Amino acid sequence: MQEIEKNQKKPLIVAFCCNWCSYAGADLAGSSRLSYPAEVKIIKVPCSCRVNPIFILKAFQRGADGVILCGCHPGDCHYSEGNYRTRRRMGLLFSMLNYFGIEKERTRIEWVSAAEGAKFSAVMNDFAKTINELGENRRLEDLRCKD
Amino acid sequence: MHRIGVFVCHCGSNIAATVDVERVSNALAHEPGVVHSVNYQYMCSENGQQLIKNAIKEHNLSGIVVCSCSPRMHEATFRKTAEAAGLNPYMVEIANIREQCSWIHKDVEEATEKAIVLARTAVAKLTLNKPLVAGETGVTKRALVIGGGIAGIQAALDIADAGYEVDIVEKNPTIGGRMAQLDKTFPTLDCSACILTPKMVDCAQHEKINIYSYSEVDKVKGFVGNFKVTIKKKARYVDETKCTGCGVCMTNCPSKKGLNSFNMDLNTRPAIYIPFAQAIPNVAVIDPEQCIKLKSGKCGLCSMKCGANAIDYKQQDSFVEREYGAIVVATGFKPISLENFNEYGYADNKDVITSLELERLMNAAGPSKGTLVRPSDGEHPHVITFIQCVGSRDVSGCGKPYCSKICCMYTAKHAMLIREKYPDTQVNVFYIDVRTPGKNYDEFYRRAVEQYGVNYIKGMVGKVYNENGKLMVQGSNLIDNEQVTIASDLVVLATAIEPDPSVKDLATKLTISIDTNNFLTEAHAKLKPVECATAGVYLAGVCQGPKDIPETVAQASAAASKVIGLLAKDKLKGNPCVAHANEMTCTGCSQCAEVCPYGAITYENKEFRIGGGKTEKRRVASVNPAVCQGCGACTVTCPSGAMDLHGFSSAQILKEVEAICKR
Amino acid sequence: MQGLEKLMLEKANALLQSGEVDRVIGWKKGESYYDVSPATFTKDNLEGFVYNCFCGANLSKYLVAESKKEGKMLVFLKPCDTYSFNQLLSEHRIEKEKFYVVGVGCNGHLDMNKVYAQGVEGILSMSEDENNLIVETVYGQKIVEKESALLIKCLTCKSKEFAVADETLVVGEMKPANPNRFEEVEKLESMTEAERYAFWKEQLSKCIRCNACRNACPACTCINCVFDNNASGISAKANADEFEEKLFHIIRAYHVAGRCTDCGECSRVCPQNIPLHLINRKVIKDINENYGDYQAGAEVNARNPLVNYTKADVEAKEVVEGGNK
Repeated sequence: MQEIEKNQKKPLIVAFCCNWCSYAGADLAGSSRLSYPAEVKIIKVPCSCRVNPIFILKAFQRGADGVILCGCHPGDCHYSEGNYRTRRRMGLLFSMLNYFGIEKERTRIEWVSAAEGAKFSAVMNDFAKTINELGENRRLEDLRCKD
Repeated sequence: MHRIGVFVCHCGSNIAATVDVERVSNALAHEPGVVHSVNYQYMCSENGQQLIKNAIKEHNLSGIVVCSCSPRMHEATFRKTAEAAGLNPYMVEIANIREQCSWIHKDVEEATEKAIVLARTAVAKLTLNKPLVAGETGVTKRALVIGGGIAGIQAALDIADAGYEVDIVEKNPTIGGRMAQLDKTFPTLDCSACILTPKMVDCAQHEKINIYSYSEVDKVKGFVGNFKVTIKKKARYVDETKCTGCGVCMTNCPSKKGLNSFNMDLNTRPAIYIPFAQAIPNVAVIDPEQCIKLKSGKCGLCSMKCGANAIDYKQQDSFVEREYGAIVVATGFKPISLENFNEYGYADNKDVITSLELERLMNAAGPSKGTLVRPSDGEHPHVITFIQCVGSRDVSGCGKPYCSKICCMYTAKHAMLIREKYPDTQVNVFYIDVRTPGKNYDEFYRRAVEQYGVNYIKGMVGKVYNENGKLMVQGSNLIDNEQVTIASDLVVLATAIEPDPSVKDLATKLTISIDTNNFLTEAHAKLKPVECATAGVYLAGVCQGPKDIPETVAQASAAASKVIGLLAKDKLKGNPCVAHANEMTCTGCSQCAEVCPYGAITYENKEFRIGGGKTEKRRVASVNPAVCQGCGACTVTCPSGAMDLHGFSSAQILKEVEAICKR
Repeated sequence: MQGLEKLMLEKANALLQSGEVDRVIGWKKGESYYDVSPATFTKDNLEGFVYNCFCGANLSKYLVAESKKEGKMLVFLKPCDTYSFNQLLSEHRIEKEKFYVVGVGCNGHLDMNKVYAQGVEGILSMSEDENNLIVETVYGQKIVEKESALLIKCLTCKSKEFAVADETLVVGEMKPANPNRFEEVEKLESMTEAERYAFWKEQLSKCIRCNACRNACPACTCINCVFDNNASGISAKANADEFEEKLFHIIRAYHVAGRCTDCGECSRVCPQNIPLHLINRKVIKDINENYGDYQAGAEVNARNPLVNYTKADVEAKEVVEGGNK
């Protein structure tokens, strides 16, 4: 019985969206009624470069099955260069997580402008589908546990 | 002790149709820290806001969460509401249960569950919110206008007329810009110089306007209300304060073979020159690449002939630093290079010209004194063919994907003026579409066709080639569905326009963004067309997108009104959501300063007590809250976690993560 | 080694006598030959000063505290340690004026556990020559080839260049650095995700959270460490949050990313023999391959790749896919 419940558990996806582009893109997806799964929950940050790797690690450790970061397209950052920094930081973080054996599909960056409501919705649908197929993520709950 | 109020909005049926608002407010009532939780039809309405204000007072709330539409819509509204009820406006959090919930989900159960999670997340964040107070900074009551074309001139005059000082920085030796090169203007056909030059004179004579001609913006520091700009005054080798503009130097200069860029290189000018008769300032300038004295040390004729003793061959570039409260960017445009368009034979045939060259050929002050002649032989052309959209609306990659907007109208103008002055001339126009939205524009175009008999051919030109001295224009006529070849004497290309190349460098200096076509990006495509994402910087003219003169003037005046609104303030309220360093944990490693795009972080050696009556000096970071824009780059770079961001603190975001991930 | 030790001692004496420096940091003899630990010395007390094949410890980190003291200090740095010194300079954690840096030659240092592993028991005394460790035991003399007992960090030596030194003391030619130090990382990269997870889970489940890696790390010099809960009253053992506890090694690796000089102290001090350096080295490899070769500490005030960017940087996805299978 418990096993069945576990399998039916909906995945959990945390999406960090920058205030200027991607959060606005998510709003546009909303006002255009372009749906995406309810498991996607958005956290607003001023810029994608505000996302500390700690936030992503915490999300995974607390049971998130996928984490996606959305920011302005490179070159369009409201703060002119924040997303370039994000790209490097996350490149190294995602690679490190994969090196620890975390499936690479569980982390993603997408550049979504305020005008790309359709892209936002498409990206979230695709990411949710990917995460659904991967299933639950338990690998980061405790890397040190002795089982 | 938290005393949080939760206010769930129905937004009519926008939220309530998919989210069980009653269940949301009931669920939130049981959240730790929440003492009051209600739902209401329209929270943003007068009554809704009153309901919030009453609750704040009645329940002595320490903070509120409004579950409603996007914070981008009404966060400011609810902050004001809270403030009116005596609550710090930053003790307000919005749960976006409309755009990011009710509007995208159909299943009521699912949407309601999500709304509850989003509301809980907002409550979780709010428990760590701190009252924030925006800092205030003064405003330097002076504006900088970059670019002295019609956009810059209009903006400067409007700002100066409101009583504020304005500096115009123009890279050329004179203001006037592209409009000064035009002959007549559509749709009224009045002479461009006649309407522009009085405005140039107004600028020169206005006691509040200061013109830095032959100058460029070198460095920009500071922020809205307090910009510090270094202006580079290029050496013109003529003392501006002495030169009377008499022109004796020009007639005596032996080096006369310089291309006259004001006349689109159609004729020559001396090495020392005044660009045109009505130049402002009416001061000569020496082209150092062409001047014999500057190149070889021999000559010096102009200096000998100058009665005002104004020539100074030793003049160097100089720099001035000025302070401004606001900046208007009006850097204008240039026609694109035609190197990708060999099919039109521009490089090989002197009689294939651009529209701007035609303007000079038709201008009474131009190289042919206003008589329309072929550049190759000085003969009067009898068949003139115009080709529209050269490089505009071009998705092949050779040209520009956008419509240059002005070409349809000026081509109609050219065709009409030629037919008026030389009725024996046959005028053909190849076009893709004729676009004439604007007051009296379509009437103007129809006059060209109906009254002046201009031969408009719908179709593209494939090739222009020279055959026995005639320019053969081979194109298609889509209406008659046939290929046509027109033997012409003169071919005029309506060349696409692009932002002046200087704008790229300038955008970096001003930290404003640029689109894929190098047009500057306005803060909002519809509602903030003259503002920039960088506060205190405004846009006017073609640097923001293709425009004709009336639109440019309108935008310049709009930018000026924004500047006046800004300069009228004595104090500016800053954004309190800025970074701050914890001096107790900062190790002074300097990584944060390296990632700050605004130079807001500096270091100081501070004395700290370390117990036992001892002190130690440590290097610690300090953030200038007036300069910080709150991106948060520093907070992530900081290895010791000493840097944090008000309003988006690490602890707050981690709380949000936890709330979302709580199953 | 003995020759070098003599030169170092002479240098220390000379600089202390002349007043050029007030203190010296080096290694001090313990109860046995292999029992050496970092220590400070003064003019009147150079007793126990030693430099032998067990002096693998990186002295740089101690300088953060020493830099705050009055006077100047002589510090002996092996080539790999000089990078940590420079990195600390870049981060304003130490002041150059406070130190006289003498670079000392190095041909690798030994791991005593590897000596034991060769069945050496009942040790009475030790000595060394250029290539061998000569151990007198109750069972007679044993010769241990130095090469066979090198520390992991010395096996994968990154450089024999002195990134900083006021002068150097080198006897003979130093053996070259290992050009293939990323081999082990590559091996992990070529595994499947599940295999890598299994590998790390096995390794990291050995962790007893003794904090030795953090305490030895020259990049870990924060005033307050996220892994310490000051409110608990128990220093260095209790976390404020189980999250930090559970993801300790990932958090720490990212904390030092771009600043880690690959000095290998983390693995050297780990009592559970977890190959912690393989985590940091992966980050260095990713940096080199994606953002251009970078050696932290090679130059003072060089821009760390994580505070830098180019507009042409690859997307994060490509970094992940570029290295890992």
